[in-house]
Amino acid sequence: MRRHDTMMEFGIRIPRYWRGKPFRYRLEGFRCEECGEFHFSPRLVCRKCGGKRLRRDKLSERGRLISYTVVKSASPSFEAYTPYIVGLIRTEDGTTIVGQLTDCDPEELHEGMEVEATIRRLQTDGENKLIAYGYKFRPAIPRP
Amino acid sequence: MKKVLIAGYGLTKVEEHWDKSLENLMAESSLKALEYAGLSRVDAVYVANVYGEVLQEQAVLGSVLAEELGMSGVQAYRIEAGAASGIAAVKMAANAIQSGEANVVLVTGVEKLSDGTAEEHLALTAMEEREEYTGQMGVHQAASAALLYRLYLSRYGARQDGIAQFAVISHENAAGVAHAQYPFKVGLDTVMKSPYLSEPLHRLEATAVADGSAAIILCSEDFAAKLDSPKARLAACSLATDYVTPFDREDPLHFQALARATNSALEMAGLSREQIGFLELHDSFSIVAALSLESSGFFPRGKAGEAALSGKLSLNGELPINTFGGLKARGHPVGATAIYQLAEAYLQLTHQAGKNQLDNTKHAMVQSLAGLGCAAAVCILEEA
Repeated sequence: MRRHDTMMEFGIRIPRYWRGKPFRYRLEGFRCEECGEFHFSPRLVCRKCGGKRLRRDKLSERGRLISYTVVKSASPSFEAYTPYIVGLIRTEDGTTIVGQLTDCDPEELHEGMEVEATIRRLQTDGENKLIAYGYKFRPAIPRP
Repeated sequence: MKKVLIAGYGLTKVEEHWDKSLENLMAESSLKALEYAGLSRVDAVYVANVYGEVLQEQAVLGSVLAEELGMSGVQAYRIEAGAASGIAAVKMAANAIQSGEANVVLVTGVEKLSDGTAEEHLALTAMEEREEYTGQMGVHQAASAALLYRLYLSRYGARQDGIAQFAVISHENAAGVAHAQYPFKVGLDTVMKSPYLSEPLHRLEATAVADGSAAIILCSEDFAAKLDSPKARLAACSLATDYVTPFDREDPLHFQALARATNSALEMAGLSREQIGFLELHDSFSIVAALSLESSGFFPRGKAGEAALSGKLSLNGELPINTFGGLKARGHPVGATAIYQLAEAYLQLTHQAGKNQLDNTKHAMVQSLAGLGCAAAVCILEEA
């Protein structure tokens, strides 16, 4: 398709995809040792308190759904997957994160619903059919 | 502080201009503005544009416009701050005048989205968030706006038709406007029955692919005295930033950047909210208009929809908004949008607004947002 020749901006750039793996695969980011603010990407300075001591940390994989929507029209990379659900999740450690929801129908969704992260295919991109994986959330399996 | 005046404007109609390039559009509006003010040269050129290097694969828009206008040699810049680029460019232009470096400048906003598809347009909007954590996860700006929308309805127990009414008001005001993309009325029922773009956000609560260019002439008070064109004063211009993704903020339903920019602009102009006669709001989505009105302190939180339904925000209401149709109905050619807003406020303040002319036009406020509030820019215009 034309867009993959001339519109590479919308496709996956491999080095960039590779750099984003820790967060996309493992919800791993950087937490400020001073104030506890979590950042999805490596930072030199905490955006909240200006602290300069940040350490690798992982978000809690469980959380509650605080808002959701069903996407009916999407960008070229995601158009083939419509309709799909996008949710806003507050994780157990209090961070708010956006992600797709899977293994459920829109009718099952409700505010406060418990969800957990899982790894899924996000998209298959470009001529080379590169598969991008990343987290999605699904209804949580109840704890024993 | 040295006074800065608006002494001219030029607009192209907002639509899908299949036969015109980005260059054609910006030359057209710029030339109109220069001719309106009776000028052939300026001291500096500022171009506001967001997606030129993606959709047209064209950088150096300052040099391009200078050449198009036969002005090569002049200092020229392209300024980008997402959909708030227009006011960001005006701010740079005003600084140049206030510093004494320039006496008269041209600020031109331009965008040509129809060089991409509707799907690409959705991808482009993710550039105004942290693309890696939204766009690459399949979350475009309309989806983020929909998440805010549901959160809003749930938190405040607000009626959705109140929020959807913002689209109705914009369309009502755009009816018959020559430069508007959608110059016709649309009823509340039609908006509420339009398909979902991203539930609960309806298609008719969002903007669409648009091309357009708007230009204004800014000048110093001394220079303005030499021009015959009508003038309005740029009483304040302020810009503030916030975390790029709304969900990272303490309260995603409060545009803190807009609150800051509004307060600082009011302070700069020495005005209170009650003195603002009308507002040009950033209604990229109906919910964003509501959040803007509340974040900037004109209505209490959760109450914008009631205000919209009450008629207060209509042309004959106590605080008219989007007097030529706003982003929704005049159209939203991103980098050009804020310049359209400013030109429209200028038309009101100089009593050239035709059938849309307001009575109370002493002070106007123009608000512009990048994305969902990662930057907010506010201008206050007053009668010269």
